[in-house]
Amino acid sequence: MTPVVEIRGLCKSYRRGDQEVHVLMNLDLTIYEGSFVALMGPSGSGKSTLLNIIAGIDRPDSGELRIAGVDITTLSESALAQWRAENIGFVFQFYNLMPVLTAFENVELPLLLTSLSRRQRREHVEMVLDLVGLTDRSEHYPSQLSGGQQQRVAIARALVTDPTLIIADEPTGDLDRVSAHEILDLLASLNGSLGKTIVMVTHDQLAADHAHVIRHLDKGVLNDADQPAPAAV
Amino acid sequence: MTYLLRLIFRNLFRHPLRSLLTAVGIVVAITAFGLLRTTVDAWYAGVEASSSSRLVTRNKNSLVFPLPLHYLNKIRQLDGVSKVSYAEWFGGIYIDKKNFFPQFAVDGRTYFELYPEFVVPPEELKSFLLDRRGVIVGRKTAAQYGWKIGDLIPLQGTIYPGTWDFVIEGIYRGIDSKTDETQFFFHWEYLNEITKKTNPDNADKIGIFLVGLKHAQDAPLIAQRIDALFANSLAETLTETEKAFQLGFVAMTEAILLVIQAVSFLIILIIMAVMANTMAMAARERRAEYAILKAMGFTARFIVGLILGESLLLSLSAGAAGIVLIFPTARDVGARFGTLFPIFNVSTQTLWMAAGAALLVGVVAGVVPAWRAVRTPVAEGMRGMV
Ligand SMILES: Nc1ncnc2c1ncn2[C@@H]1O[C@H](COP(=O)(O)OP(=O)(O)O)[C@@H](O)[C@H]1O
Ligand SMILES: [Mg+2]
Repeated sequence: MTPVVEIRGLCKSYRRGDQEVHVLMNLDLTIYEGSFVALMGPSGSGKSTLLNIIAGIDRPDSGELRIAGVDITTLSESALAQWRAENIGFVFQFYNLMPVLTAFENVELPLLLTSLSRRQRREHVEMVLDLVGLTDRSEHYPSQLSGGQQQRVAIARALVTDPTLIIADEPTGDLDRVSAHEILDLLASLNGSLGKTIVMVTHDQLAADHAHVIRHLDKGVLNDADQPAPAAV
Repeated sequence: MTYLLRLIFRNLFRHPLRSLLTAVGIVVAITAFGLLRTTVDAWYAGVEASSSSRLVTRNKNSLVFPLPLHYLNKIRQLDGVSKVSYAEWFGGIYIDKKNFFPQFAVDGRTYFELYPEFVVPPEELKSFLLDRRGVIVGRKTAAQYGWKIGDLIPLQGTIYPGTWDFVIEGIYRGIDSKTDETQFFFHWEYLNEITKKTNPDNADKIGIFLVGLKHAQDAPLIAQRIDALFANSLAETLTETEKAFQLGFVAMTEAILLVIQAVSFLIILIIMAVMANTMAMAARERRAEYAILKAMGFTARFIVGLILGESLLLSLSAGAAGIVLIFPTARDVGARFGTLFPIFNVSTQTLWMAAGAALLVGVVAGVVPAWRAVRTPVAEGMRGMV
C-alpha cells in the first residue's frame, strides 16, 4: 500500500508573547492510501495544527513532510495554493459554505480553479450532489438547509475535485446525534466505496468508531505507534 | 470572472440596509462636492468670461475714487486703441436689498460696441439711445423680476441718493453660456445730469475706462502708456487687462473660496471614512470565507477582486447617481441664488473631479481590508470559526 502522508520528526511551535508553545514535538505519522484515520485528543493538543500542516495551510518548523510523494514544505505560497486546489478537500466543523451561493454553486466553487468546461463542471457537481443525497436541494442557499445538509454540501464540495486527501476537522462537532451518524456513514461510505483517503479530527468516540485507524495526540506527541497498512480488501 | 461578479453582487446585497445607507451617503457627498465646486467656479465665472483684448483703467489709489471724464480723449488718441468706453457702478436697490443685480451707468453709444457678447436687438438699442432714462437689462434679471420692455423701474440710490426712475428699452442675451445675463445698463449722462444739480463736485467723473485694443498682444504696452499719460496728475491711473481686474475682485473673497474648497474635500474625506468602515465591517464578518477560499486554492488576486470589486461597485454606482444629481441640484441652487451668481454652470472639470472622488473613495475603502485579507494566514483566518 502506498503511503499518502509521510511525516518524520515534525515540530511546530507558536510564540505567545515571550513564551514558546511547543504544539507538535518530533512527530512521526504515516497514512496509507485508502485509509480512514481519526485523530483524537483533548482540546488544545494540536490536532487542528497537525491537520492544517498536512493540508498545506500551515507550515512546520522542522521535520519531513511528504504528501503523495511531494515535499510540500519546499513549495512557494502560490504553488502551494495550486497544490491544495488539486490535492486537498476540506470539511470543517461549521461547514463554512459561502452564504450567498446556492448548494450547487458552493460545490462548483473549487472547480473554477480547474480547466473544466461549464458543462463538465455541471456534470461533476450533479454527480457529487447525488452522492451526498442532495440533488433536490441544489438551488437552496445554506441558510435554507439544516446543519447536516450543509455539512453534506461541504463534503460534496470537498469531493468534487477528486482530491488525493480529504481533511475533516471535527465534522460532526456542531451536529445532533442523528445528523452526526449520517455524516459519519457518508464519510465511511466514501472511504469504502470510492477509496477516498480521509483524515478526520474528532474527540467524539462515535466518530472514531467509524474510522479504520485511531491515533491519539496528547501534548504534541502521538502516543500510539504507527499502525500497519489496512489489509487489502 | 462571471463567478467573481456574481459573488461581488450578492455580497453587496447581503446587508441591503447597510449598503443602501452607505450608497445614500456617497450620493449626497458626491452631489454636495459637485455643488460646492460649481459654486467656486461661479465665483470665477467673471474671470473666465473676461476678455484679454480689453483693458480696464481705474484710479490707482482705489476703485472707490473716480477718474475725470476728460481722460477719455487722451486714451482714445493712443496708437493701438480701437475704442474707449466708460462705466460707473450705481449700486441701487430694487424694492428690497436682497434683490441684487449689478447696475452700471455706461456710455450708451460705445459700450455695446465694445462688448459684443451682450447681444441687443438693433431696434431695441436704437430706442435705448433715444430714451434718456432707457435701460438695457440682461435676460436673467428681466425674467427674475418679470420685466418687459416699456416697464418703469424705480431704483433707490445708495451712492447716488434719491429714487431713480428707469424705463426698460431692451433686453440683451449672452453670446454664450459664459456671459453674464444679469446686468443692468443705463445712460451715464442721465446720472451725470442729476449729479450736476445735486452734487456738482462729483459731476463729470466716472469709475472706470474700458479700453478696446486692436491687438491683444499690445495689452501690457498700452496699459503702461495709459498710466504714463496720467502719472503725477491728481488722479493717477492703474490699467490692467479685464481678466486681471476681475481676478482682483475674486481675490478679495479668496478666503471664502478656500473654505468652500476645503469643505468640498472634507466631505469626500468623511464619506471615505464611512465607506472604509462599511467595507472593514463586511470584511471582518467574512474573514472565515476568505480563509476558506484561500484554503481551496483561490489566489490573492481573487480575494482582492472580491473586496475591491465590491467597494468599487458601491462607490462608482452611487457616485454615478451623485454625478447625475449634480445637474438638477445645481440648476435649483443656481435659480435660488438668482442674479447673485450670474453664471452657475456645472463644468466638465467638476464632473471629472466628482468621478475621481468616487473612484478614490472606492479604492481607499477597499484597499485596507483587501490587503488584510490577503496577508492573514489561512489557519489564522479560520481560528475560532472553524
Ligand atoms: N496561530 C497560533 N498562535 C498561537 N498559538 C496557537 C496558534 N495556533 C494554535 N495555537 C495553540 O496551539 C495549541 C494547539 O492548537 P490546536 O491545534 O487548535 O488544538 P486542537 O485542535 O487539538 O484543539 C493550542 O494551545 C493553541 O492555543
Ligand atoms: Mg481544533
